[in-house]
Amino acid sequence: MSKPLDYLDELESEAIYILREVAGQFERPALLFSGGKDSICLVHLALKAFRPSKFPFPLVHIDTGHNFQETISFRDNLVKKIDEKLIVRYVADTILNKKLQDGKGKFPTRNPLQTYTLLDVIEEFEFDACIGGARRDEEKARAKERIFSVRDEFGQWDPKMQRPELWNIYNGKINKGENVRVFPISNWTELDVWNYIKRENIHLPSIYFTHSRECILTENGQLMNTNEFVQREENDVVVKKNVRYRTVGDMTCTSAIESKASTVDDIIKELLETKISERGATRMDDRISEAAMEDRKKGGYF
Amino acid sequence: MQLLRFFTAGNVDDGKSTLIGRLLYDSHAISTDIIETLTKQSKVKGGDTEIDLALLTDGLRAERTQGITIDVAYKYFTTGNRQFIVADTPGHLEYTRNMFTGASTAELALILIDARNGLTDQTKRHSIIASILRIPHVVICINKMDLINYSEEKYKQIENDYMEFSRQLQLNDISFIPVCALQGDNVVSQSKNMLWYQGKSLLNFLEIIEIDKPKLSNQSRFQVQYIIRPQTNTLHDYRGFAGKVLSGTYKKGQKVTVLPSGIETIIDKIEMNQHEVNVAETNAPIVFHFKDDLDISRGNSIVLTEDLPKIEKEIIAIICWMDSANYVPGQKILFQQNSFRTKAVVKEVISKIDIHSSIEKESDGTMRLNDICKVLIKTAEPICFDRYIDNRNTGAFILISENTNNTIAAGTIN
Repeated sequence: MSKPLDYLDELESEAIYILREVAGQFERPALLFSGGKDSICLVHLALKAFRPSKFPFPLVHIDTGHNFQETISFRDNLVKKIDEKLIVRYVADTILNKKLQDGKGKFPTRNPLQTYTLLDVIEEFEFDACIGGARRDEEKARAKERIFSVRDEFGQWDPKMQRPELWNIYNGKINKGENVRVFPISNWTELDVWNYIKRENIHLPSIYFTHSRECILTENGQLMNTNEFVQREENDVVVKKNVRYRTVGDMTCTSAIESKASTVDDIIKELLETKISERGATRMDDRISEAAMEDRKKGGYF
Repeated sequence: MQLLRFFTAGNVDDGKSTLIGRLLYDSHAISTDIIETLTKQSKVKGGDTEIDLALLTDGLRAERTQGITIDVAYKYFTTGNRQFIVADTPGHLEYTRNMFTGASTAELALILIDARNGLTDQTKRHSIIASILRIPHVVICINKMDLINYSEEKYKQIENDYMEFSRQLQLNDISFIPVCALQGDNVVSQSKNMLWYQGKSLLNFLEIIEIDKPKLSNQSRFQVQYIIRPQTNTLHDYRGFAGKVLSGTYKKGQKVTVLPSGIETIIDKIEMNQHEVNVAETNAPIVFHFKDDLDISRGNSIVLTEDLPKIEKEIIAIICWMDSANYVPGQKILFQQNSFRTKAVVKEVISKIDIHSSIEKESDGTMRLNDICKVLIKTAEPICFDRYIDNRNTGAFILISENTNNTIAAGTIN
């Protein structure tokens, strides 16, 4: 019997193995990069998997136009530093071209609209595999997804027809028009990601750490950043707090949490004590219904 | 920190999802917002208990409305010094392939038996699968003890029945725990209703069991996944062979053979994350460089010349048929073992395993969904392998339909 590995080594080895399988099995893969910690970890893992060569895939960012400025500058700096190709496609363009209804309401999220842009960019470049940083511990529908998740030509996930996926043997054979979504860090938890960030000394956008910010305190107690996309009302409760972002998504649907964590160690300590889940603490989009994520995935979302 | 991967198995309604829910709930692995959502959902469903714990893992709408598990849900929790990955797998016969998926990466099988029913066909089928996969540990949770008045006698009877049945199987380490998942007896804390049971609670058991990792031999095995060729001015001649050490270790300077070509060379350099290392251990993601410039492609094996694997074009294997379409004699398929793929055909269905007795029975030549059969497979290219019982990483494979591209079978080489 072999000796047990440290669990971070085990998770890292699994992720690198999966990335190399993508490179070996597909002709036109892409790495979906959001600027969040999970996709930043993916880039770090890809460096380990493929250097000294360039990545065998471009980074693709679906820009909703509602990103935090810190995320965008971080993205651009990172791409410059590692000298890799970045493809950016804008949800705003998709809204114009497809005459779509933009997000409405006080916090007009473009999260569901991203799917259209994603499917368009897949078609434009004929990507046959899209690597994403989704993790099974994030959400109950994601807990059900394979590491190689086959999508039909409409990008749809059919949870009842998933291929068996055995050992570490990944079947990436697809028919023309289909594509595979690949999730190398499926088995990582939020805490694993932070422990890995610490061990590997990975740099992150500053909004993951504590800073003073003006926020609207919503009725259900969430702290939403004040910005030009949010419709301000007279009776808004505006507070200034020391906050950080636990997930980095759109300004319109990601809330901040009160925190004094200024280092990765502080964050790990904070996570060990928290009683609230990652998405529960920060995402408005998943609160819509109990099957919100499943429905989005079936529609082509990653 | 150690990682334990386990999966649940058992019949429909034996309470697998509830048990996992209870395990997560009582070990405080569930966030308050998720409990809040669950409480709401449970009230809508109008069940007897405050929280329907099965809703924790039944993540799909169809699962929640039908009250069954269709596909594997992976859950993660940590207690003290151990991290757990649980695959909550479906109990329905038609979803056995999903159960197989959850089981294939596990070190421990948690098999539930409804105390009122004793051993069922699914208990047997899942145990046979655990045996074929050589899962190192098996723990049998005899659930719903409250419905048999916590009877020690009935519990012992089931234990005896199981031991009798499993004599035919290759299960090395079997333990039994009487539980009531719904109420939490012996799940996290000791039950007050079964004082006759002196053993550990399930969680305690999982926390302290000494984990045997699935069998890997010490023989050095490696397959090329991808060839790294920067093709830049400074690295014009760089050609690195990337892959994972599947078993054993590799050292700089060792004499290796490339298979199936049989060409020999010397390890010139081993890199990990662009740093040169002298030794690469099992599981390490590495890049090889060799003394000679050879024709090596993805799926080729690199092994120590002094310790070659088996190289055959015909193998005998145990497979589980996972396609809803039956096997058609002569059907063209692809054989995939890690990164190695070749055309293949099932030449003969030698026998079928009868799940009632776990004994091999004569085959009528057919294979249907969920059948477990011993087969003869012929491949276009020779396969480099070890027997699955000696090495999980080189003795396992899948079969892919050339027509639909679906994974239609999983197998272990005899």
